Order: sequence, then C-alpha cells, then structure tokens
Amino acid sequence: METMPIKTDHVGRMNIHVFPTRTYKTNTIVLQLASPLKEEDASKRSVLANVLKTSTKDYPTRQALQERLEDLYGMSLSADVYKKGEWHIISIRAEIANEKYLRDTEPLTETAVQLLASLLLQPNADESGFDEAVTADEKRALKQKLASIYDDKMRYANKRLIEEMCGGEPFSVHAYGNETAIDNIDPASLYSCYREMLQNDQFDLYILGDVAEEECMRWVDHYFKDSDLLQGGHVKPPRPQLVSSRNKPQEITEQQEVQQGKLHLGYRTGIVYGDSDYFALQVFNGLFGGFPHSKLFMNVREKASLAYYAASRLETHKGLLIVMAGIAFEDENEAKSIIHAQLDAMRAGDFTEDDIAQTKAMLKNQLLEMTDSPRGRIELEYYNALSQTDLTITEWLSAIDAVSFDEIKQIGEKIQLDTVYFLRGKDGSAHESS
Amino acid sequence: MKAVEFQQINETLYTETLPNGLTVYLLPKNGFKKTFATFTTKYGSIDRTFQPLNSAETITVPDGIAHFLEHKMFEDEEGDVFHTFSKQGASANAFTSFTNTAYLFSSTTNVSENVQTLLDFVQKPYFTDETVEKEKGIIGQEINMYDDNPDWRNFFGLLNGMYENHPVAVDIAGTVESINEISKDDLYTCYETFYHPSNMVLFIVGAVDPDSLIEEIRTNQQEKTFPPAPAIQRQEDFAEPEKVKQRSVEISMPVQTPKCLIGVKEASPVLSGKALLQYELAVELILEIAFGESSPRYQELFEEGLIDDSFEFDVEYERGFAFSVFGGESPRPYELAERLKQIALAVRPEITQSELNRMKKKKIGEFLKSLNSPEFIATQFTRYRFNDAELFDVIPILEDLNLEDVQRVYDEHFRSEEQMTACIVINKEEENGG
Repeated sequence: METMPIKTDHVGRMNIHVFPTRTYKTNTIVLQLASPLKEEDASKRSVLANVLKTSTKDYPTRQALQERLEDLYGMSLSADVYKKGEWHIISIRAEIANEKYLRDTEPLTETAVQLLASLLLQPNADESGFDEAVTADEKRALKQKLASIYDDKMRYANKRLIEEMCGGEPFSVHAYGNETAIDNIDPASLYSCYREMLQNDQFDLYILGDVAEEECMRWVDHYFKDSDLLQGGHVKPPRPQLVSSRNKPQEITEQQEVQQGKLHLGYRTGIVYGDSDYFALQVFNGLFGGFPHSKLFMNVREKASLAYYAASRLETHKGLLIVMAGIAFEDENEAKSIIHAQLDAMRAGDFTEDDIAQTKAMLKNQLLEMTDSPRGRIELEYYNALSQTDLTITEWLSAIDAVSFDEIKQIGEKIQLDTVYFLRGKDGSAHESS
Repeated sequence: MKAVEFQQINETLYTETLPNGLTVYLLPKNGFKKTFATFTTKYGSIDRTFQPLNSAETITVPDGIAHFLEHKMFEDEEGDVFHTFSKQGASANAFTSFTNTAYLFSSTTNVSENVQTLLDFVQKPYFTDETVEKEKGIIGQEINMYDDNPDWRNFFGLLNGMYENHPVAVDIAGTVESINEISKDDLYTCYETFYHPSNMVLFIVGAVDPDSLIEEIRTNQQEKTFPPAPAIQRQEDFAEPEKVKQRSVEISMPVQTPKCLIGVKEASPVLSGKALLQYELAVELILEIAFGESSPRYQELFEEGLIDDSFEFDVEYERGFAFSVFGGESPRPYELAERLKQIALAVRPEITQSELNRMKKKKIGEFLKSLNSPEFIATQFTRYRFNDAELFDVIPILEDLNLEDVQRVYDEHFRSEEQMTACIVINKEEENGG
C-alpha cells in the first residue's frame, strides 16, 4: 500500500513534518501547540488562540488581516483548541491555493508560512499585554461558544457525562474551560499565558502539498528564527488516569425541556493509543457500535426501532468508550437493557469470523479515507507525535489485520461501565411519541 | 463516452448517457485512494403533488415521503444493504434535500462491486407493510432529534415565514403525524414515478479507471429492463407570491443563546443553467462584501457584541425557489435582525470594483479548496446538473462577472424589506419569568 512519504526534522521543541504531494489544489500548513490539560489554563489558552488569529503586528486589525487573506486567494486561517487525552492543543491551520491553478503566479505558500509564523511570533501586543478591547471581545465570544453547547443536546450530554465520569481528573476539564475562568482573564494574564506557551509547549509544524523538504526547512529557519520554540527538549506526555475511582457504576439523570432523551454511557477500557491491544479495541468498538452493521445499530435501531442513532466511539488517548443513543423517554430501561445485552454478547464472543472481517475492512477503509484529506493525514500523524510513537499507515493496517477473535473477546473483560447519563424531558411537559 | 478537459483546474470529466436514459459522470482523481459515488434522483421533499407513472390523475402524497423512501431503499429481501457495503469495505449513506435524493458510498477497495451494489439496491425496491411500520419509530426519533435542534428549527421557521404556498417550507422529514399516513403502496407509487434512470445521475469520483468502469456500468444497466418513461408531470407552479408571508417569526425554545436568521426571498426564481450559477455567485460576492470578516460592518457588529464566530451567510437557488440567508447566535437577536436588514438594504454603494476584485479572488481560492473534496464535487456537480448548470464553470464565471452584473443582481435580489423575514429563536419563558 502506497502512502505519502513524510520527512520529519526536529529543532529544539519544534518538530517539522513535511508531506510533499501533488494530489491537492491547495497547500496546507498546521501548527499544533500541546500542553498538559489544566483547569486553570484551558480558558486562557482558548482566548489566546482567538486573539492570535485576529491580527498581527503588520496587520493590526481584524479588517486588515482579513483583507490580506482575501487578497491571497482566500487563504484560510483558523485557530481553535481541543483536547486529545489529557493534552490541551492549540491548533492553528492555514490552507492556500496552489498558484499553479491561478492566472497570476505570485508564490503563495511561502507567504502563508510567513503569515502563520507572524501570527504566533509577532502578535499585536506589547509587554503590558494584548489589546484590552480585543481581549474583552474574544472573552465574550468564547463565553457565548461555551454557552451554546447547552443548545446542542448531543454535545451537552457528552460534556455532562465526561464531567460526571471523570470528575477530579484533568480530562473532565472542557477544552474551553469554564465561565469563571474566562471572566478572570485580563490582557496581562493572557500575555503571560502566551509567554508560557512559547516556552513550554510541544510544537509540531506540518506542511503538506506541492512543496520540497529543503524549501520548507529554509522557511522555518527564516521565519521562526530566534524564537523560544527552537530551545529546550521534549515535553513529557501526561499519563492519564485509566481506571475508574468508583466501585460500582453511577447513574445520573437530568431533566430539561427536550423532545428526545439522550442516553450516554461511559466505559473505561484502560487502553490508549500506542498500547499493544489498541487495535483489538478498535475492532471491538467497530463490532459493538462503530458501524451500521454493529450490534448497537442492529439491535437498538433496526430490531427494536427505539432510536435513529445508537453508536459507540472511543476517546483514544484517554481509554474511554462512549455509547450514545437518542430515544423516547419511556424507552430508557429497554434501551439500557439492550445495550447491556450487546456488551454481554461481545464478552461471550458472540460474533463470527465474517463479522470480524467486515469490521476490519471498514476500519481500514476509514483509515485510508482519512489519509485522502490533508487535515486527516496530518491528524493521524499527530497521534504519533502526542504519544511519542512512530506507527506508519502500513503498520497500522497490518496491526488491524493481525487482531484475533480471542484478542477481541479479551477486550470485553477489560471494559467496565463507569457512568450512565440520561437527559430526559421535564415531567408533565414531556412529549411522548406514539 | 465523451471526455471533457478542464485545463485550468487540471481535471478531465468523462460522461455518457446510457440507452435507458441514465447519465453517468466519471472523474478520475490522481493520488486519491478513495472512490466516492453518488446515485441521485431529481426528486425531493418539494415533489409532493404529481401524476403517478401511467396515470392521468394528479395526487398529493404525505409530507416526508421522499425521505421515508430513502430510508426504506436500504432494505431488500436478503436484508440490510449496509451489510453488503461493509463486507466490501465501503461506508454507505444517503440524504434527501428539497429537490434531490442521493444514495452514496465511499470506499478504498472493491470499487466495481460497490458500484454494482449501489446501482442494484437503488434499482430494486422492496417494501412490506411490516418494514414500513417499523421505520416509523426510527424516523419518529429522527424528527424528535431535529425538534430539539435550535438551528434546524430556526431555518424551517424562516422558510415558513418566507413562503406562503411553496412546499420548501415543509420539513424534509415531515411530521410524526404525516409519516404515520405513509403506506407501502405510496412508496411504490413515488418510486415508480421518480426513480426511472432517465431522472437520475450517477457520479463517481476518485481512484477510478473510466474505460473499464463505464463498461461495467453499461453491462449492469443492459441487464435490467425499465418501462418507457414519459416526462414526469409534477407541480411546478405553486402560485407563490413575490413577497414574504411574514416579516418576522419567533420560536420559543429553552435555549441559552438566542439565534437570529434573516432570509431574503427571491421574487421571481425562474433561472436555470449558466444564468442560475452567475446569479448565485453574484449573491455570494455581495454577501461577502456586506458581511464578510473583512467588512467594517462585521467588525462593528462583533465589537458591539451582536455577533460571534457562529455568524454565517449562504445562498440557495433551486428549481422554483431561491433565497439568501444570514445570521447567527446573538444575545440581542431583535437588535441584530434590524441591523442586518438595514445593512443588506444599504450596502449597494459599498459594492465597488476593488471590493469585488478581492472577493472574486477569495471565491476562486475557496473553490480550488473544495475541489480537494470528492464529496463536494459529486454532490454539487449533481445539484447544478439538475438545474442545467455546470459546476466546473464556477471559476470562469467568477472571472467574467463585472461590477454592473453584480449591481444588477443586487437590485433584483435585495429589493426591499418586503422580501425579508427575520426568524428568532429565544427562550420566552425565561424572558417573561425573569
């Protein structure tokens, strides 16, 4: 199986990954800044990401910077935060047209790298901090973003499940932090957060597209020179807590004015990306609830007609398996018992070699499809950077192939229910579907 | 088979119309591992009133039936088609829009088998009373899920405010009540009327060899017989007034952050072909100038706390209806609605040559970016094809649009407040109760 060649270099804390390819009509550049997830930092880093993407010293207002991006054929520039396991990641992404497809042929990619570097290293700030008004604007915008999770019930139920399940563990912190932490940010504290990020984060730069390794290294040397990023050694990866602190599973029920109940179940697997049984866990999850041929889809949806969606997914860097289903309130107990029965069936080895082959085919397809998008390809590579492993796509594919019936069955023994969360309608106002 | 070369974007599109009327498009993409295929019928939620095949009588079928039919197509006598696809390493799906129903798969292996499966299952209806009844529970939960989604409610509230008679205002999935009326016979009637090959397009993009693939498709289609298909008689004229039905709509839902959308109704949506594409692109350019991130208006609204990153705008031009829409989350949605309407009606002098040039560059770059996506190409190509327009004309049309063209479109589309509806989603109980 042919996969895209990657070149990786290290300069200090900065890893530079270059993927030369002519498959796309654009070139993609991604900067990832990772730091251990901490309650006191998450909100600051979120506001910081948004403040950084608004302007630079050369383009000091949103309007000036956006006009510049439009002139560069709609170069896209985004900054966001997310968590992967117990890492908090600031992700700054740029995508720019390959000038080969344009009437004028001003070289665009180097300009994009330069702009991205200046976003990070020449922000519109002085030693006293970032601009007061910009900081206030972005604090308000983040608070609205955090509040809007409440209005998306699937996301809300997932956030609540994680808060209850992982209370006391860093993983319970949302990537945006919380409202109080956002309120406490000021331009000066934001600036010290910025300095700490430059001095301590693990930094990965990805350049994918119609580029050569040598020119990329030249650009990095030129536009990132003298920065703190080139100093220091590797950051020690956080080691997340993998086992439950509970003796028996907890049940949480919440009521809101909703039409549909959201049933979310959180399990501990004890297995994270890079572990030897990680691929068996992937196959297990695929059989259990990962695909339309899985036990959850077939039994909760197709046989019992209880749900439109019933699925499971993995938090790969934290060792969690999450089941979710949207159901009528009165079907809570039936849905739960069907879900428990499916897990029991998995533990009992109630699946065939054919089911396994089908699931492996789907997993391999999913992986290969991911490599077709620049963003997906970079994300896969970043898994390695975060766990300091070095799995190639080819190794990944053969590792899936190598998983045996017994290995999948054994996964069932490791999986433990931790928390059941149910969001249901308010009594009296409940809409019962007939 | 005909090959059409698009030099500027370096793509070659292969096309053939088969003797049974099916139009096939094949687009090889070098470097891609994935193949993405859509098999689409020009039949969507707005096609409620029509003459069934070989009948002189006009009937009206229950709301939500096109979407219901889409769900039921996945079942055949041997069972679930998802299974067949996943055994062949493909992930399959489908969607129903106002005007189309598309069946699709993506896979990195077994392309020939998957194309056969796609053609075969869509061309072989199998409905029983029992499976139709069972689906009502699943779709009922899908409808409940959308009922809890404030963005979805906002969008359909907006359409309901804009349209007096046109079925675009009817929810694509129908209601729990309307789907309960659907019978097996209704499904066969709709199927026979709208799923004739001459009303469908097959689009395959990715890792394909056009010569061998077209041969396989020809053989597959030759082996099947279809009755002669007279032109479909469906209701096209809904006596829809030019102006909106209601200037404002309010939906009370327990949201934390209110939402505001403005819709601008096109008074006379009669365009098709290149003219449709020109018009749609011109409206997009106007919206970029009016509300894009580089505009002083965006900056003002953002600083005043009236908008955040959720602010969006879009335009949709289809057979028989067209509208543009803009808005997002806002703590002061009524104030935002007024401001947005004012801006839309006053922005004409801001549409200057230099603004236009910059936005054209932006749009061209963004279009190149979308060409990295097989999903975008297949679905958008088909959508335009059904409106007699060509997706790959986008760049030349953008390059040729001049200031007078865009100003003319502005005058046509943004006529007065009588073309505009504001839809607000807000928690009234909280407002009243304090």
